Amino acid sequence: MGGFLLRKVGAALIVLILASMLVFAGVRAIPGDPAIALGAENRDPAVLSAIRHKYGLDKPLPVQYVNWLSLAVRGDLGTDERELSVSRTIVQRLPITLELAFLAIVIGTVIGIGAGILAAVRHGKPSDYASTTLALVGLSVPHFWLGIVMIIYFAVTLHWLPAGGYIPFTHNPVQNLEHMLMPAIVLGTGLSAVLMRQMRSSMLASLGADYVRTARAKGLSEWSVVGKHAVRNSLITVTTVVGLQLGALISGAVITEQIFVIPGFGRLTIDAVNQRDYALLQGVVLVAAAGYVVVNLLVDVAYSLLNPRIRVSGSG
Amino acid sequence: MSYADTAAVAINPRARRRRLLRKRFLRRPLAVVGLLAALAFIGAAVFAPVVAPYSASATDFNATLAPAFTPHHILGTDELGRDVLSRIIWGSRASIQAGVLATLLAMVIAVPIGLVAGYYRGWIDPVIARLTDVLLAFPFLIVAVGLAAILGPSLTNATLALGIGAAPGLIRIARGEALALREEDYVRAAVANGASDPAILARHIFPNMLSTLIVQATVTIPGAIIGEAVLSFLGLGVQPPTPSWGVMLADAQSYLSQAPRLALYPGIAIFACSLSFNLLGDGLRDVLDPRTTR
Repeated sequence: MGGFLLRKVGAALIVLILASMLVFAGVRAIPGDPAIALGAENRDPAVLSAIRHKYGLDKPLPVQYVNWLSLAVRGDLGTDERELSVSRTIVQRLPITLELAFLAIVIGTVIGIGAGILAAVRHGKPSDYASTTLALVGLSVPHFWLGIVMIIYFAVTLHWLPAGGYIPFTHNPVQNLEHMLMPAIVLGTGLSAVLMRQMRSSMLASLGADYVRTARAKGLSEWSVVGKHAVRNSLITVTTVVGLQLGALISGAVITEQIFVIPGFGRLTIDAVNQRDYALLQGVVLVAAAGYVVVNLLVDVAYSLLNPRIRVSGSG
Repeated sequence: MSYADTAAVAINPRARRRRLLRKRFLRRPLAVVGLLAALAFIGAAVFAPVVAPYSASATDFNATLAPAFTPHHILGTDELGRDVLSRIIWGSRASIQAGVLATLLAMVIAVPIGLVAGYYRGWIDPVIARLTDVLLAFPFLIVAVGLAAILGPSLTNATLALGIGAAPGLIRIARGEALALREEDYVRAAVANGASDPAILARHIFPNMLSTLIVQATVTIPGAIIGEAVLSFLGLGVQPPTPSWGVMLADAQSYLSQAPRLALYPGIAIFACSLSFNLLGDGLRDVLDPRTTR
């Protein structure tokens, strides 16, 4: 187990370092001299070279990278165009997106896994076709459009829910959830379609497996065959899918927050691009990539705890 | 299919297989609907100048925000009096272009890399696996946002971002296929015959993974179509006044209470277009790749 864990952590570290290089190189590839941007109107060569010296821009790129990374691992991502700490801005915005993502995962897994189990147990019956068709619709529908349609009906026409905005949970839990409900549904339905398909196919495989036949032969009730044996084994596979869907979830959060005017991490990303704030963009992209790698490492470890076969045979 | 059938066309095994596949495909009504609808969308994109009643930018200030089913404007007009149906038809160009080209780009990047990783294994396989992980660590929208920042927003750059974003997943699939196929008897036979590696990859491994790749391509296209709409909606893709379904949705946001239908039609177009490719992809998967269940 120790060796397995070490290998996984090592691989994740390599990925993180390469990803940080890519982020660093990407921001340096943006045309334009950052010193001129930092110097604002001042084009005096002496001022520019002083700025270059202050921010270490006169040093070779590898040195700049190491300096940037050593500050970044200590939580210092520099300051943005408005001289605000990038780390602090991200820490302020992130909880909003995490709440949205959490609610979306709850909605997505409850609907997706429920529908997947139903479809597999009722294989070939109308409820199977209904849930498979719904999953296909869920995969094809552009979720940001679903958000706009929900705003038209539930906010503009019926006035049931607010069209957008954000109220912190600590200020008013009820209003917070009212504002989060539509965005979470929009983000969750995309996840549920993917999970439904995965759950259905792995349930169908489980239901045909020997241990399920044995369980039936022992005379166990259908309820405990499905619930205790088939579902439990299928859930293990589906866990990894949730981890892999995290990237889609982050992308989804960007557009969902844009539509529902939620001041979260996703909206920060778009703002950073629109304001050409590269220090902010660099920090945001790095945090998104690091989050993805770390969550998938945790999923991998959890998966190996649930399924010991992986530890023995998995090569990395 | 009865024995008599098989015997009648047994002369050419390839033609027979093709016939069998066509027959299996035609027995799936949803797949056929998907194929026809996908062809219709491609046709609309290619022949937009012929099919669309008006040009995408023709304004009629006497008929702004006209409701649906007004004479001469079946789906009504937008805030500048532009015909919505025409803009949807012209907008299909951006979607189809992004969907197809991004998928092609992803294939061109992914297939050679996946082939090499899966066939040679050795040190190159883990190296490619880690590099794929690095690319996967960047959510596609973040890649697209970054590229738009570096290269500037345009349909070409959006297509580039979508293609790069779709590549890592396809690399994994191509690698897995190559890994399985290299153990096949006919590959071992070719090795024993002294065939060179490029010849084995080109003549034995690649042709045998083609059906998997076709299925993957068909299900990558709808993702790229939605991706283009998202990027254009955010202002990172197609730039106005060029019509695109995403741009139309972004414009419609200012008129949600006056003219909600402006936000409905482009969305329905995106949905129908990506659904048609998904139906086609599911059908092709059932026909070409019966091993996988969905």
